[in-house]
Order: sequence, then C-alpha cells, then structure tokens
Amino acid sequence: MALSPETLKYVADLSRIELTPQELEKLSQQLQTILGFIDQLSRVDIAGIEPTSHILQLSNVLREDNPKASLPIEKTLANAPQKKDNFFVVPKVIE
Amino acid sequence: MEYEPVIGLEVHVQLKTRTKVFCGCSTEYGASPNTQVCPVCLGFPGVLPVLNCLALEYSIKVGLALNCTVQEFTKFDRKHYYYPDLPKNLQISQYDLPISKDGFLEVTVDGKSRKVKIRRAHLEEDAGKLIHEDNFSLVDFNRTGQPLLEIVTEPDIFSPEEAYEYLTNLKSIIQYLEVSDCDMEKGTLRCDANISVRPKGQTGLGTKSEIKNLNSFKAVRDSLVYEIERHIETINNGEKIVQETRLWDDKKGRTVSMRSKEEAKDYRYFPEPDLPPFIISKEKIEGIKKTIPELPKEKILRFMREYGLPEYDTKILVSTKENADYAEKRLKAFPDKDKKPVANWIIGPLASIAANLKCEIYQIKIPANNFIELINLVEKKQVISNLTGKAVLEKMAGMPEKSAAKIIEEENLAQVSDEASLEKEIDAVIKTNPKVAEDVKSGKTNSIMFLVGQVMKKTRGKANPKVVQEILKRRLV
Amino acid sequence: MELYSLTAHELIKKLGEKEISVEDLNSSVRKRIQDKDPQVKAYVRLSGSKAAVDFKTLNNGPLAGIPVSIKDNICTQGYNTECCSKILSGFKPPYDATVIQKLKNAGANILDTKTNMDEFAFGSSTENSCFGPTHNPWDLDRVPGGSSGGSAAAVAGDEAILAIGSDTGGSIRQPAAFCGVVGLKPTYGRVSRYGLIAFASSLDQIGTFTKDIEDACILMNVISGHDPMDATSVDIPVPDYLGSAGKDIKGLKIGIPKEYFVEGMDPEVKKIIFEAVAKLKDLGAIVKDISLPHTEYAVPVYYILGTAEASSNLARFDGVQYGYRAKSTNLIAMYKKTRGEGFGQEAKRRILLGTFALSHGYYDAYYLKALKVRTLIKNDFDSVFKDCDCIVTPTAPTTAFKIGEKAENPLQMYLSDIYTISANLSGLPAISVPCGFSKNRLPVGLQILAKAFDEETLFRAGSAYERATQWRKEKPKL
Repeated sequence: MALSPETLKYVADLSRIELTPQELEKLSQQLQTILGFIDQLSRVDIAGIEPTSHILQLSNVLREDNPKASLPIEKTLANAPQKKDNFFVVPKVIE
Repeated sequence: MEYEPVIGLEVHVQLKTRTKVFCGCSTEYGASPNTQVCPVCLGFPGVLPVLNCLALEYSIKVGLALNCTVQEFTKFDRKHYYYPDLPKNLQISQYDLPISKDGFLEVTVDGKSRKVKIRRAHLEEDAGKLIHEDNFSLVDFNRTGQPLLEIVTEPDIFSPEEAYEYLTNLKSIIQYLEVSDCDMEKGTLRCDANISVRPKGQTGLGTKSEIKNLNSFKAVRDSLVYEIERHIETINNGEKIVQETRLWDDKKGRTVSMRSKEEAKDYRYFPEPDLPPFIISKEKIEGIKKTIPELPKEKILRFMREYGLPEYDTKILVSTKENADYAEKRLKAFPDKDKKPVANWIIGPLASIAANLKCEIYQIKIPANNFIELINLVEKKQVISNLTGKAVLEKMAGMPEKSAAKIIEEENLAQVSDEASLEKEIDAVIKTNPKVAEDVKSGKTNSIMFLVGQVMKKTRGKANPKVVQEILKRRLV
Repeated sequence: MELYSLTAHELIKKLGEKEISVEDLNSSVRKRIQDKDPQVKAYVRLSGSKAAVDFKTLNNGPLAGIPVSIKDNICTQGYNTECCSKILSGFKPPYDATVIQKLKNAGANILDTKTNMDEFAFGSSTENSCFGPTHNPWDLDRVPGGSSGGSAAAVAGDEAILAIGSDTGGSIRQPAAFCGVVGLKPTYGRVSRYGLIAFASSLDQIGTFTKDIEDACILMNVISGHDPMDATSVDIPVPDYLGSAGKDIKGLKIGIPKEYFVEGMDPEVKKIIFEAVAKLKDLGAIVKDISLPHTEYAVPVYYILGTAEASSNLARFDGVQYGYRAKSTNLIAMYKKTRGEGFGQEAKRRILLGTFALSHGYYDAYYLKALKVRTLIKNDFDSVFKDCDCIVTPTAPTTAFKIGEKAENPLQMYLSDIYTISANLSGLPAISVPCGFSKNRLPVGLQILAKAFDEETLFRAGSAYERATQWRKEKPKL
C-alpha cells in the first residue's frame, strides 16, 4: 500500500502534528518502508478468524455508583500552562 | 412538484447517576468550575476508565422502554477528534455494538398513530464546557465524563409536528423511567436534527442538513419548518443543497450555515482496550424489565378504562409521572364513580394555578383529602359557587394544610341559599333595575340572567345562583 | 561488599538483623548514583533530585527501606513524570500509580529521580529520550536496550537495588538481556496499569528488573494483584512467589520453538542459548521441539496494533492541561505546533503510522487484519501449552548494539524485538534471565515464557537455572 505525501499530510493533520517539509519527506519514505514490511500480513489466511481486541476473557467489569472525592482545584490546575479564575485557558477556538 | 421532508433525530440524554460514567466524581449540577473532576475524567496520563454499573442499567432500561433489542454482547469504542472540552481528545463511545438497537416509539399526529423507528441507543461520556472570551476560551471540565445516552432514530419522521410529538413522548417515557431529568435548559436533554426533502413518492434520500443549537422542542419544530422551506426553495431555484451543519437562530427564526472549514469526519473508531466487553444476560434484562414502571401510553389507556375519563383529559393528567401519580391519588380518593369532576378540577383550576406559579401541578402540595373536600363542597353540597371554589383553591395552594371548609368559614365565603336572606337583596335589585324587571315580565326571560348577576355582585358571589334564579322566576314570570 | 551491590533479599536480611540501617542503604545507593551515573546516564533530572527521605515511613512492610527506581512513565504524585518527552516537561502527576501506592505501602524507598527510557517507551535502545541516551554498563559505547534501558542499566550498574519498568513489546526483557539482569514481564492483567502512562493499552504491562530471581519474586509479591481502578486487572489470588524460587525442574516440559532460531540471529547468541538449554536438560527438564507457525507475523502485527493504540493514547498531549505548550493565538495551530515541537521523531513516526492504520478506508486492511492475526498468534501458544509447561527462546537476536548503529533505520530497530513481541500479543508472562556472555563480554539473555498467570513456572525454571550457573555473580567494570 502506498503512503503518498498527500496521505501523510492528511494523517498529520488528523493527528494535529505540524511537520516541516523535510520531515514530511523523510517520514514518508520511512513509513513507506515500514508499510512495505507490514504488507507481509497479506500472506496470512484470516478467513473465519475472529479479531482479538482483549486478550483476557474478562467481561462485565463494573463499579458501583458511589461518589469519590474529586481533586482540590489547586491540584487540578497545578500543571496548567495557562489558567484564569479556576478555568483552563486555551487560545481562541472559533476562527 | 410536491416534496416531502425526511427527518432523523439524535437525542442526547444525560443519565441521572450520582457519579460520572467512568469515575467517582459527582454529577451534581451547578458546581463551580473544575471542582468535580479527578485524574480519570480529566484524562490525565496513566488513568483508566471503569464503567458505572448504574449507567449501564439505565441505558438498558431506556432501550427496553423504547422497544429495542438489548444486545447480549456490547462494548465501548474510542471516537477521536480534537477539541479542548474533550480532555483525552477521544471520546469513549460505542460504535458497532451499541447497548440497544432496532426499537420504535409510537407517535400520534392528527389522530393517526405510527411507529417511528429507532436505530440505536448507545452510552458515551459527555464533554466539558467552553466559555468563549474575546481572545481566548475558558475550559470547565465538570461535565466531562457525565453519562450520556445517545438515541438515534432512522430517517423515519415525516413532519415537524411528528418530530415534536416524538420528542415529547420520548421525554415523557424517559422521565417516567426516572433515569434523566430531560431538562433542555440545563442541557440534560439535547437534540440535533437531520433533514432532507425528496419528491413525494420517491424512496431515496435527498442531501441533508444537520441542525444544531436547538434549545427547545418548539425550536426543533420551528427550525424544521424553516429548513423544509429552504430546501424546497433552493431546489425550485435550480440550486443544490449543500450537506452542512446549520445553527438555529431562535430570535431571528432561521438557520445559518456554520461555514466552518469542517474537515472530513474521520473518527478512527476502534475497540476501547481499557474496557473489557459486557455480556448482558437474559436474566439481567428480565430483572431490569421488572423495574420499568407503567409507561404513559399504557397509563392513558388504563386511566380511560378505570376512571372513565376521556382521552383528552387523560393525556394531560399523565404528562409526567409525578403529575400522573398526583392525579391518580386524587382520582382514587374521590368516592364517586364519575371521576370527571376531579379531572376537571386538576386540568382546569389547578393547572392554571400551577401555570401562574410557574411550577408543575404535582408541586402544589394540597393534600388529596382537602382537594376532594373542596370538590365536594362545590359540586355536590353547593356550599360555594364554582367561582368561589377557584378562589378557595388558590388560597389552599398558598397554605396547603388548611382545609377548604376552614377557609370558607374563616373568610365567610359560604354560599347563601337561604331564601329569606336572599329576598332582601333581590328586592333591592328589582327596585334599581325596573326596566329589566319589566322586560322579564313581558316575556324576555333571557334578561333574568342579568338580574342574577346583579344579585351575585351585591352578595360578592356568595348567593347561590340557582336559588336566586328560582326566586326571580317566581316573582317576575 | 558495598551495600549497593547486594540484592534486595540480602539487604532485607541485614536490615532485619539491624546490621545496617535504612539511612546507610539510602546513602550507599545515592552515592553510587552520584559516582557512576554521569557515565551511565540511567537516571533523568538527577540534579533536581532531593536525597532527603522521610525514613520514618519506611519502617514497615516487606520492602521496608529498600530503594526502588521507577521508569519515567509511571506516575509518582508530586514528582516529575515525563516519559522522557519534551511534551510532558514539568508534569507532576496529582496521583500515584497503583504500583507506586503498593510499593509505598510495602515500605519501599521510592527514588524521586526516575529512570531513562525511550520517549513514551517507543524504542529498543533508550536513544529516543529527550534527555539523551543511557549507556550500557558493560560497554559504555553500546545501548542498554529499551525502552526501559534506564531501569536495566541502573540495576546492572548497581545504581539501583530494584527497578520497575514497563513492557509493551519487550521493553523490559530486551534491556534486561542486554544489561545482564533479570527482567520480568508479568501476565497481562497481573499488575495494575493504573498510573502507567499508556503506550499500547492492550499490550502494556508493568514489570520488574532485579539482580536475581528471588528479588523478582519479592517485588512481584508486592506489586501484583487486582485493582478496582484497572478494569483489565484480574481478580485471581496472588500466590507467594518466593515459594517457587527454590524448586527443582525435574520433569518440567520445555518447548523450543524452531521459528526462533532462524537467519538474522547472532551465531554466538544461538550457541549460548543452546548451552543454556542443555543445562536445563541436565537439571532434569524434558526438552522438546515445538512450532509457533505465526511467529514471523508478530512484528508487523505489533507495529500496527501498538502504533494505532499509541496514536489514540497520545492524542491527549495537546498543551491544554499540562506539559509543553507552543505559543499561538489560534487553537488548531497551538495543537499542531505543540505536538510538532513536543514529540520526538520516533513518537511522530508511530503516531502517524497508527493514525494511518485507523483512518478511513484503511482500518480493515491494517487494524482489523492485525487483530485477526493476533488471534492466530495466540492460538499457536494455546496449542503448544497443551503439552508444554514453558517455552525457552533467546530474548534478543543479538547482544547490545552500538549507540547510533540503528538510529537511522527504524525497521532494523523494530526487528530487535522479534522474540519478545509475541508474549505481549498473547498476554503471556515472560522473563529474561542472564545466560552467558559473548566473546566481547556482552550479556546474553534467556527468555522463558509460560501460560497466563503462571509466573511461578518462570521463577521455578529461572531460579533452578540461576542456581546452577554463576552468571549473576559477574559485574560490569564501571
């Protein structure tokens, strides 16, 4: 499967990662090589095989609806790059 | 060409659990910003979700009440998009195996009933709230992680009226289940609408638009009316409908395009690895089924049957579970077989008092026996007139522990039926209105009501109008 | 004998007999770190480390006073936890990982300086760290393996008594092999992942680095068990692992998978592994050839599933709540710059690859397919374990390679996990035990795999082998 620079650009946008033109070119080649290697999976016959998302045979792991203490506001905001009046602050959302 | 609209609704209902869906933070409304959060709902590095069992139970309950198939095997998936109110930039939701699917909800418009098909109802986590300032936005994560049930219909609604009816019934059912407040103002019920039009008789779907920012059921209906017209006009002008999201402007009564450079939706769903799947046994489903109360539709039929009430009255009485329970207690307390007076007093005077007080009927705390006593005093014993009865009821609403009789006594409101004491007042009225009295005598019997009115006025409503009329007839006819 | 060079069980004995104090031990290890870490660079943010410890809290429990070193991707309340990534710079978690809580309850002395790692555990050499590479104590020009290279090097260089790491595709076992220490990846679900900054949630597992098997047992006794905060942690009783450490292996059925001894393998490693297998036979084990036919697909399956989950888990690093934020007046630009500047090359590679594998139109061909091949790989093990108690393989195809040797060739780097990945895909427990040295004195590791939740067999086989050999007595010359 080909990973064109256009596709990579699309994927980078989806991942919200800014790439320099040099990075774009280098990564495109590297990922192409890796995908080429991954393509050996096409040799495997997977007809009728179920996917394994969870390796354990666990099910119905639930918790009771009992309240627990929330974090004190100082702790919540302690790591915030920018804050104001107990809110996290982000650059303008609407263009 | 004649066009018909095709509508689909997506309703988000916030479930009324005490704690959030994947952590133990409180769901209490109105806390100060970022105080009902913990590492889990903030999506801090390293945290893991664990599902709230009550959120799952409530979701199953709604599924069953909406005639859905509750799936034996259900799981959660991650849905990815970047937005600052979504702390992990992914939402734990359900993709291909929702808790329930393939249900329906009956709606009646213009006397005709049909079943609106429900595609699915799935559980997911809510996002936080953003407050936009001039140059930046503020983020409050209190709402993040509250349990949301998303209920999606098929494109199977064919008029704004039907959409309105669907929402009203849906809200009523969910409130009956006591799993959500369904309060659009508080955002515990939210609705988006998809709408397209097609030439009548055609089966395919036209290009749709999605309407957001709908803050009431009325807004849903009005926006759909607007959009249908816009679609038809656009097509008639030879233009094409653009698939887009439009915002409803309630004040101006129109939708506007969001015009954002929306990127193609590529949510990259995959099974949530941190949550093993859920297997819902038949026993579990049966157990939950038993906890489902009588729903509005069944209740209407039963009220009609048991209390001999007309459908119109019944529908109003059962609009919410609380109102229905309130009404039923009073219907039962009324000893007569004919329960109509009770229904009349609830949907008439009591409802208008509630409307004035801006509250629900059931919130008027007049005890059932006091309420019944009042009805008896008016309707049977005729101690007071209907008009006085309404006034007494209003007073009772203000002091619910006081009985009707007590209020009548204290305020000396009892009806005067004693002929001797009424004669005097009647004499005076005839004297001051000689011309009308003459008219009655000469055969204009309708004019007698004017004189009755005058007597009522003079006695400040206390005279028994029937007795007054009798006396006047005897005197003048 | 310096205290830092002893094992935990030797130190526990000395502490119990009041022969030494917790303060003595703490200073000995800190001193060793001060002396040797400038060469090894096993620890990060060392200069900011506060040596002050509240010794009163360390008096009780099975690990009372024993220093434990923690990989930089496990949350320690109030102390930096940065996954050796610029994007998490300055991040101080408001909570402790469950493992940290358990260690504290056991009286352990948790070091505030954390061990170096490949950024977000993406790598097999610890070169992808924003703090620079860790050096292998056996040869400072070589890598310690990765991603938990700091933990492995610290234990190997006697800069740590016990260390905690994480293993997603071999990140404990491969560096343990390269550094000549014991590295255990427990069964998926045996140790809580709560507080482990996720790389690939369905593969990640916290595990141990120790100087010998007995120490691994002691540490596992403390950190194992069900955690209500981790829905994938399993609620089955934890045995006393120390009970397995002294047993013999007479009659133990060991499988040797033929697919693990193919081209690309260093002949010297192969020879050493076969000598180890012969030793196991001498000790009474029954050795037989087995086949795990889908082995060759483990690496490609891993690089789809691992990167896909990573792309999702790392979406949260966006500069909103914590960590690095690039300056910008517009939200989307802030996201893109923060992530573009905050992530290193390998992190970007994996996020992009994973996003691609999940993106519209490619999901079935990549992600879903990989999940199905994962089933086949797991089935291979299920059928082999019907008549084997454990499986023995090399841990890595080569000994430690030179720093920089594979830096520009990601695919070559990925292939160094070829023997370790299957255990993660199948959720099985696996251990790497030192089993000899190459001619240029680089350690070789023997990998043992067992059935799910049968860590006891790993300890039984590992300790029998350890007792019969002298490898653990060898120390690097620093």
